[in-house]
Amino acid sequence: MAAPCVFWGAAVSYRLFLGSRVSLALRQGVWKAAAAELQILRLRHTTGVTAKKNVAALKRETYTVDFIKKQIEEFNIGKRHLANMMGEDPETFTQEDIDRAIAYLFPSGLFEKQARPIMKHPEQIFPKQRAIQWGEDGRPFHFLFYTGKQSYYSLMHEAYGKLLDVEKRQNQLQAKGLFSEKTKTKDLIGSRWLIKEELEEMLVEKLSDQDYAQFIRLLERLLTVECSAEEEEFVQRFRRSVTVQSRKQLIEPLQYDGQGMAFSTSEGKRKSAKAEAIVYEHGSGRIKVNGIDYLLYFPVTQDREQLMFPFHFLDRLGKHDVTCTVSGGGRSSQAGAIRLAMAKALCSFVTEEEVEWMRQAGLLTADPRVRERKKPGQEGARRKFTWKKR
Amino acid sequence: MAPAASVSRLLGAGVCAGPLRPRLLQSATPGRARPSGRTLASAATPAVREPEGSIDLNDRILNEPLKHSDFFNVKELFSVRSLFDARVHLGHKAGCRHRFMEPYIFGSRLDQDIIDLEQTAAHLRLALNFTAHVAYRKGIILFVGRNRQFSHLIETTARDCGEYAHTRYFKGGLLTNAPLLLGPKVRLPDLIIFLHTLNNVFEPHVAVRDAAKMQIPTVGIVDTNCNPCLITYPVPGNDDSPPSVHLFCRLFQTIINRAKQKRRHMEALYQLQGQEEPGARGLTRPPWEDLGHSWR
Repeated sequence: MAAPCVFWGAAVSYRLFLGSRVSLALRQGVWKAAAAELQILRLRHTTGVTAKKNVAALKRETYTVDFIKKQIEEFNIGKRHLANMMGEDPETFTQEDIDRAIAYLFPSGLFEKQARPIMKHPEQIFPKQRAIQWGEDGRPFHFLFYTGKQSYYSLMHEAYGKLLDVEKRQNQLQAKGLFSEKTKTKDLIGSRWLIKEELEEMLVEKLSDQDYAQFIRLLERLLTVECSAEEEEFVQRFRRSVTVQSRKQLIEPLQYDGQGMAFSTSEGKRKSAKAEAIVYEHGSGRIKVNGIDYLLYFPVTQDREQLMFPFHFLDRLGKHDVTCTVSGGGRSSQAGAIRLAMAKALCSFVTEEEVEWMRQAGLLTADPRVRERKKPGQEGARRKFTWKKR
Repeated sequence: MAPAASVSRLLGAGVCAGPLRPRLLQSATPGRARPSGRTLASAATPAVREPEGSIDLNDRILNEPLKHSDFFNVKELFSVRSLFDARVHLGHKAGCRHRFMEPYIFGSRLDQDIIDLEQTAAHLRLALNFTAHVAYRKGIILFVGRNRQFSHLIETTARDCGEYAHTRYFKGGLLTNAPLLLGPKVRLPDLIIFLHTLNNVFEPHVAVRDAAKMQIPTVGIVDTNCNPCLITYPVPGNDDSPPSVHLFCRLFQTIINRAKQKRRHMEALYQLQGQEEPGARGLTRPPWEDLGHSWR
C-alpha cells in the first residue's frame, strides 16, 4: 500500500494546479525535468549573433509540444491512481468523478471557485499556442504566413471565395433564365454571431475590432444572397445559439380544498423576511397575516397599501381572500415579501396577458437589494468619517 | 535597339547577380542534413557526415540550368500578340505618367499612354526566367498586390503553385523587423513578385523599398504611373485590367510549376545516374529534350 501512495504523491502532485495558472513552486518542479532542454535552447540563443533579443516572445510562456505530451501522460497516470484511491474503476473514471474526488480529498473553504485545487486535462489548463509555423527547410506551412494573421486572412479568403461561387452560380442561372427571386427566411432568431473573443480563441490569433467587423460584414453579405447547404454550414459555424430566456412566469397549479374552493399557494422573499401566501378564488378581500387581520398586523398605511397593490392593479380588490404566514425582517420587508407571494399566487387565476402586465409592472420580480456591509475606516457602508482639515 | 541587345546579352549569360547567389544557395539546400539553424523547435542535431558523392550531385543539379540560356523554355509561354489580346499595352492617361516610365512607353493615343510590347516581352522573358530559376532552387516566392479587385485571384494563384501571397494591409516592419513580427528564426522570401506596385492610395508599396533594404530581388509589373527604380526585374504592363492580371498570374503559375517539376525530374535523374554509374558526367543537353516531354 505504501508504494502506490508514494507514487501518487509524485505523479498527482504535478497535476494539482491552484487555479487556472501554473503556480510558481510547481512550475519550478515541473521545469526541472525540462531544464536540460532549456539550457540547450539558451546556449543556442547566445551563439546566434543575428537573432535580436526577442522581448515580445519572452513575455509569453512557451510550452513545447513534448512538454505538453508529457503533461498529458502524467495526467492520465494520475487519473488512474486517483480512481484506485477512491476505489473506483480506472477505465470508466470521468472528469466529473475526478472533480468530486478532488473536492472530497482537498476540501477548500475559498470563495473563489478558480482558486480551489483542480485536476483537469492539460489542454484545458495550458493556453493554446501555435506550433512552429515552418518546416525543416524554413518554408512556412501556410500560404498566407507572411501576412502575419494567417488564420484570419485565410478565413476571409475562404468566405470571399464562397461569395464568388454563389454569384457565379446566380449569373449562370440568370443566363439560362432559371433565376428566381425567392428569398427564404433563415432561422436567425435564437442565434447570435460569434463575439470577437470567441473568434480570437477559435483562430488562436489576436484580432482588431475592424478585422472582426469586416469579417461579420462579409458573413452577413453571404447570408443575404441565396446560398447552398455548404455555404449555410460554413456560416452556421460562426453562429452560437442564444438560450432564449423564458419570459413565462412559472404559474402555480390550482389546488382545491375540502369545500371545493380553488386556491393557490406561493412564496416570497424581501431582505430577510420570508412569506407564504394562500390566495382563495372567491372571497371578500380579507387578508390574514399569521392569524391576525392585516389592519392590526400592519398599523402603518404604507404596508397595507403594499399588500393591496396586486389586487388594485388587476381590479380584483374585494374578490379574493388571502391567508399568509411571514417571519423575519422588519415591517416594510415583511410587507414586501407578502406582496410578492400574493402576486405570484394570483398568476394562477389570471390571463397570460395580465401576467405579462404584472411582470412589466415589477410585481413578479423579487427585490434583490440587501443591506450593504459596513467597511472599516468608514462610519457606515458609504458614509465616511467627517473630514477634518487640520 | 540598344535595350533589346543588352537584354539578350543578359538572357544569354543566365541568371542571378553575384551577391545574391550565396544567399540563394545557402537557403535552397534542404537535402543536406546539416543543422540549418532555421527552426527553434529542433534541438542541436548531430552533425551527419555527408558522403562526398551527394554534395557533388547537388552542385550538379544546381549548376545544370545555368549552362543553358533558356532552360525552362520561357519563350513559348506567350507572344506579343497574346499580350496585346490581354490588353497589356494599355496604360493610364498622360497626366498620370511617371517620368521614369517614359523609356517603356511606345506612344500616346487620345491622351492614353501605350506601352511598348516589344520591351515588355523582353523584360517579361527575363523576369519569368529568373522566377523559374528561383523556384527551381526551392526559393520562397511571395506574391504582393494591393488591388482589392484581384486579391482573391492572387492568393489563389499563390496557393496553387505552392508559394505565398500577401494582398492585405502590409504591417510596417514585416520584412525589416521579421524576427519580432513573424518569429525568432523565420526565413524571409527569396523573391517578391508585385502584381501591383502601388497601394490603395496610389503610393509605392512599402514592400518595394523594404525588399531593396533586405536585399531581396523583386519582379514587378509596372504601369505607366509606377516608379520602376527599385524593382530588380520591372515588367512594364497594364495592372488594372482583368485579362491582363489574369494573364500574368497564369504565366507565373505555369512557370513556377514547370520549374518545380523540372527540379523533381533532375533529382530523380541524377539519383538514378548516381546509382548506376558513380561519378557519371552531367548532361550537356537540356534534360527535357531527352525525356521527350512536350512543353507545348
